[in-house]
Amino acid sequence: MAASSSLKNMVLCLTGVCLVCSAILGGVYVLTQEPIERAEKANLQAALSQVVPDGYEISVEPVYREMDGTRYECYRAQGASESEFATAVKSSVNGFGGQLTVLVGVTGEGKVYAAKVLSHSETPGLGAKCSDAASHFVQQFCGFDPAQKSLKVTKDGGDIDAITASTITSRAYALAVENAVKLMKEDSYE
Amino acid sequence: MSEFFLIIISAIFVNNIVLAQFLGICPFLGVSNKLSTATGMSGAVCFVITLATVVTYLVNRYLLVPFNLEFLQTIAFILVIAALVQLVEIVLKKISPSLYQALGIFLPLITTNCAVLGVAITVVTKQFTFSGGEPHFFNLGEATVYAFATSLGYALAMILFSGIREHLAQSNVPKSFKGLPIALITVSIMAMAFLGFSGMVK
Amino acid sequence: MSKLGLITKGFIKENPTFVLVLGMCPTLATTTSAVNGLEMGLATMFVLILSNIVISLVAPVVPDKVHIPVYIVIIATFVTVLQLLMQAFVPDVYKTLGLFIPLIVVNCIVLGRAEAFANKNTVLDSALDGIGIGIGFTLSLTVIGIVREILGSGSVFGAKFIAGDGILAFVMAPGAFLVLGYLMVLFNKFAKK
Repeated sequence: MAASSSLKNMVLCLTGVCLVCSAILGGVYVLTQEPIERAEKANLQAALSQVVPDGYEISVEPVYREMDGTRYECYRAQGASESEFATAVKSSVNGFGGQLTVLVGVTGEGKVYAAKVLSHSETPGLGAKCSDAASHFVQQFCGFDPAQKSLKVTKDGGDIDAITASTITSRAYALAVENAVKLMKEDSYE
Repeated sequence: MSEFFLIIISAIFVNNIVLAQFLGICPFLGVSNKLSTATGMSGAVCFVITLATVVTYLVNRYLLVPFNLEFLQTIAFILVIAALVQLVEIVLKKISPSLYQALGIFLPLITTNCAVLGVAITVVTKQFTFSGGEPHFFNLGEATVYAFATSLGYALAMILFSGIREHLAQSNVPKSFKGLPIALITVSIMAMAFLGFSGMVK
Repeated sequence: MSKLGLITKGFIKENPTFVLVLGMCPTLATTTSAVNGLEMGLATMFVLILSNIVISLVAPVVPDKVHIPVYIVIIATFVTVLQLLMQAFVPDVYKTLGLFIPLIVVNCIVLGRAEAFANKNTVLDSALDGIGIGIGFTLSLTVIGIVREILGSGSVFGAKFIAGDGILAFVMAPGAFLVLGYLMVLFNKFAKK
């Protein structure tokens, strides 16, 4: 039933299949390109709007800032008046299981508005709780004023209550927030 | 240098490809009945994973990225791996018949071993940080070391497991547990032991 | 075999997870919760049905010696289509399942069905076989996911029924192997008769 396995047949068949498949893929790629970009943008927009005050005009174009040789991706947000602004900083540190990336919203006065985990590989059920927006751990960063309190976990003499049994994750998370705050502090001196 | 050391420890123990990442389970369960076949399979896997990662890394870097064709990664990589496995088989047969005898029968099985494709894709899509600093994509040297270390982790898990399984075959287990179920429960205990390594490399 | 039989045989008699023991990697890796297992099963089913259909169509004209590469290209094409569609319309799911979506290419179920069924049966039968095995796979993954979620996080499909945590080991690697092992024992005892 199947065509004979002569060299000509095999080459023809493989080439044909590859051509048809690449044509299909190219077509689907072109069709989905726009929705993919839109989905990514919506995703970013949603994350950004959670860490800056409501009603701020967010620019989805990243600006880059450097501190201690590390480059940070930042997004500006502008409030109603000139003096009302905030910056969302993408801050990556090493957590317990791997890279922990936190999006930190820092207001113009240098306070933390809110922070949100973008990606992590922490232990499920333990360190992974740092991505639960409703938890006490995440909530305590909302409105945190680094001038009044210290961005260290209580175990290290600071004011951050660590997640139970996940001190390393909590430390890393606090460090990510601290880096973002420091970056914005340096930035305002420019 | 310390970065390479960390990559190796992390790939073999902390993120063991079988016991923590669940890749290459089918051959892990399939050919681990005897220590000798497990060793042969491990050797072949080490060889192919390292080679395939280097080649797919280059394909991605110099063919797919410049032409903006990253969406073809899956299809390109599996073809490269399939072709590579065939090539290795032919070359081995010619150059070293003894090695071919040891590894040969395992080679065709490796194309569909998801560990190979899994490592190849991980290396080009994931950013890593081992010695602090900015997360970055692996360069060729790091990718090669990572791939080789990962495959050593595969070999370690495979050989340990087959050693246990040889003993298991002689013990008296309840009828419903015979074969795979008891094997899976054994792997579970091994995975638990490997959990002890987690967090060792940050 | 009746058309209905083609579909239902994948549930118990030729269940891909518990009887054929194929596609173990996604089975273990993505079943941390019932929803994840369900989504992974559906993604695999999508590829399985389409590749079964196309392979049953082209099988008669493909020369014997190159049939495996041809099948792999076809499967890889559908996987890439699935990747693009998921990125566009369900980016969150794509992110959760991660590496295991491209790895459907090397899922032995898909190539296995192509080899064992689709290349010698009609298009309709192959499609039905794809649906049957696909549902069987999805069901198994969901069941494993439900068990792991109940024990590991104390919830069912995301609805929590206990305060606090479950037994964490069940969400992690050891739990995956353990749950699959014990479910297989139960399957051997009651279903495989």
